Amino acid sequence: MAGWSTDKGMAVCLPQANIDTDQLIPARFMSVPRAQGYGRFLLHDMRREDTGDLKADFPLNAQEGISVLVAGRNFGSGSSREAAVYALVDSGIRAVIAPSFGDIFASNAVNNGLLPAQIDEATYVALSQSLERGPQTITIDLGARSLQLGSVEARFSVDDSWALKLMNGWDDIDLTRHHRTAIAAFKNIRHQTTAWAWPNGAD
Amino acid sequence: MISSRTLVEKIWNNHRILSNEGMDLLFIDRHFVHEGSHHAFHKISASGREVRHPRLTFGVADHYAPTGVGKPDEAMSVMISRLRENTAQHRIDSFDLSDARHGIVHVTMPEQGLSLPGTTIVCGDSHTATHGAFGAFAFGIGASEVAHVLATQTIWQRKPKSMRISVEGTLGYGVTAKDIALCWIGKLGTDGAQGHAVEYAGAAIRGLSMEGRMTLCNMSIEGGARFGIIAPDETTFAYIKDRPFAPKAGAWEQACADWRALSSDKDAHFDREALVDASEIAPTVTWGTSPEQALPITAVVPAAHEVTPAKREVVRDALEYMGLKAGHKLEGTAVDQVFIGSCTNGRIEDLREAAHVLRGRKAKIPGHVSPGSAKVKAQAEAEGLDQIFKAAGLDWVASGCSMCVGMNGDLVEKGQRCASSTNRNFKGRQGRGARTHLMSPAMVAAASVTGMLTDVRRLLERHQ
Repeated sequence: MAGWSTDKGMAVCLPQANIDTDQLIPARFMSVPRAQGYGRFLLHDMRREDTGDLKADFPLNAQEGISVLVAGRNFGSGSSREAAVYALVDSGIRAVIAPSFGDIFASNAVNNGLLPAQIDEATYVALSQSLERGPQTITIDLGARSLQLGSVEARFSVDDSWALKLMNGWDDIDLTRHHRTAIAAFKNIRHQTTAWAWPNGAD
Repeated sequence: MISSRTLVEKIWNNHRILSNEGMDLLFIDRHFVHEGSHHAFHKISASGREVRHPRLTFGVADHYAPTGVGKPDEAMSVMISRLRENTAQHRIDSFDLSDARHGIVHVTMPEQGLSLPGTTIVCGDSHTATHGAFGAFAFGIGASEVAHVLATQTIWQRKPKSMRISVEGTLGYGVTAKDIALCWIGKLGTDGAQGHAVEYAGAAIRGLSMEGRMTLCNMSIEGGARFGIIAPDETTFAYIKDRPFAPKAGAWEQACADWRALSSDKDAHFDREALVDASEIAPTVTWGTSPEQALPITAVVPAAHEVTPAKREVVRDALEYMGLKAGHKLEGTAVDQVFIGSCTNGRIEDLREAAHVLRGRKAKIPGHVSPGSAKVKAQAEAEGLDQIFKAAGLDWVASGCSMCVGMNGDLVEKGQRCASSTNRNFKGRQGRGARTHLMSPAMVAAASVTGMLTDVRRLLERHQ
């Protein structure tokens, strides 16, 4: 996974709170292998008619090449399905900007190079007003934790360790492998002192 | 001086291997996988990695398990065979559809004695906090984290903030753990506990059975909390003792000694505290498209102008989707079908409570009862509960996640209203355009008898 520090792209606003993971990707699409791409499933039932055609008035359908979503609080609440993040990433989304995020969604996002940028309510109001008339160019500086859209210049927050991971494109498994001696030692001590924690017969 | 610690801090400290950049690397005692874990297996296979501790990993097919209701398609059976292949390849004990241990992961793993106090438990499913009912630190993770745990038996976490929800007093007749959950989520909101590990405490919690505690912890994520936990006590130990994977003989004695130390210290500090009076909780139902849109069955459908300006559009939108009118009584709302089951309310006690309401009565509307596991199914049949459901006109089907999430083809049709003992009333959760009302299994049973949202206490009075 490639790291990134700044992004200049097009942003749209989905002016709703609680966009849950069942909205981001309905469960019926989750048996598809990732290699086939999840972009076409993003917000499927919100942005498409029963026929599958895109709804003309849905903000995300305004134009191609959207890379940033601005949304209401509690974005990505609900299930742990990482497929919700795959749908965003495979659609070309690099960042979601919202007042708050579902806890599991946010960590899934970071594990796939997607920035969950947390803003205060005032910034959300300013951004959503600026985006009322359609998509606009946005610049995100991950290192400085700042964004700029039209006349709106604001700060966002993201956990420091997450920002570092996003900027470097780190894979946790590779990092953790550096600690394998410490992990093995911990496991051995736990096995000796807390043998009951192992299921019958497990080593 | 040793400072006072919460239950979560004690378990956390016992599992911390090291710290880096504000994150802690925790050792994982149990890892549960299911069909949805295919992305993670693919990830480790693609990079040529092995499962580090297959014997601390257990699998079960639940999300796509056919129950005999809907029409399973090829893709669904592929998901089940993919789990079979992945677990066999990595020598993981997995409970296949024909296994007597089969069931929903959050029902069957506790039944097998795999969910123990003081352990860390993860699973690629947001309802993993269910196992917190045993005093375990249990939480749902995404596919990348599943791959990480498979490869290393560890996970990186930042310690969550702490929150205690104390439920004091006694629950009224006909009021259950599900009602406690819907009540606090209704008061605090679907992100009310975001970023926090919730410990449930108080007399009403101590009085709950393990089944009730699992229901309550299960719903933590619907209030935004990735973690829900209850300190273990004699109720916990009695449930675990002699189960297949539970510690035996000397290990059992040692375990109980360790488990008795597992509670928050008297003066432990919590970042947030909430207090609920159990006697004020009524049988509760959701009316909208978020679990926070929950009200006592005696209430009326709210109007957009009654809520804060920020939530007005949300209420309007929910009422439109649900086909409800503000000001109408919730009780008496016509329902098309019912569903009893799921990791929230598919346990034996849940089926007993529903059967108690249905005994000698007929359902006016169709519905399905899906026991949470093969073991629950067998127990219910031994008690004759299946006969009560069938006599009432409900379908007694196989175990699985079923109509809670519809991934196996068990779907609610567009525009149909379903009284459901499940955990999420999100738009489209039970099928595109489906209208879900969450409630306890007894309340679902009551709705089936009258064909309407109904205060179960009316039906229970006649039985008393």
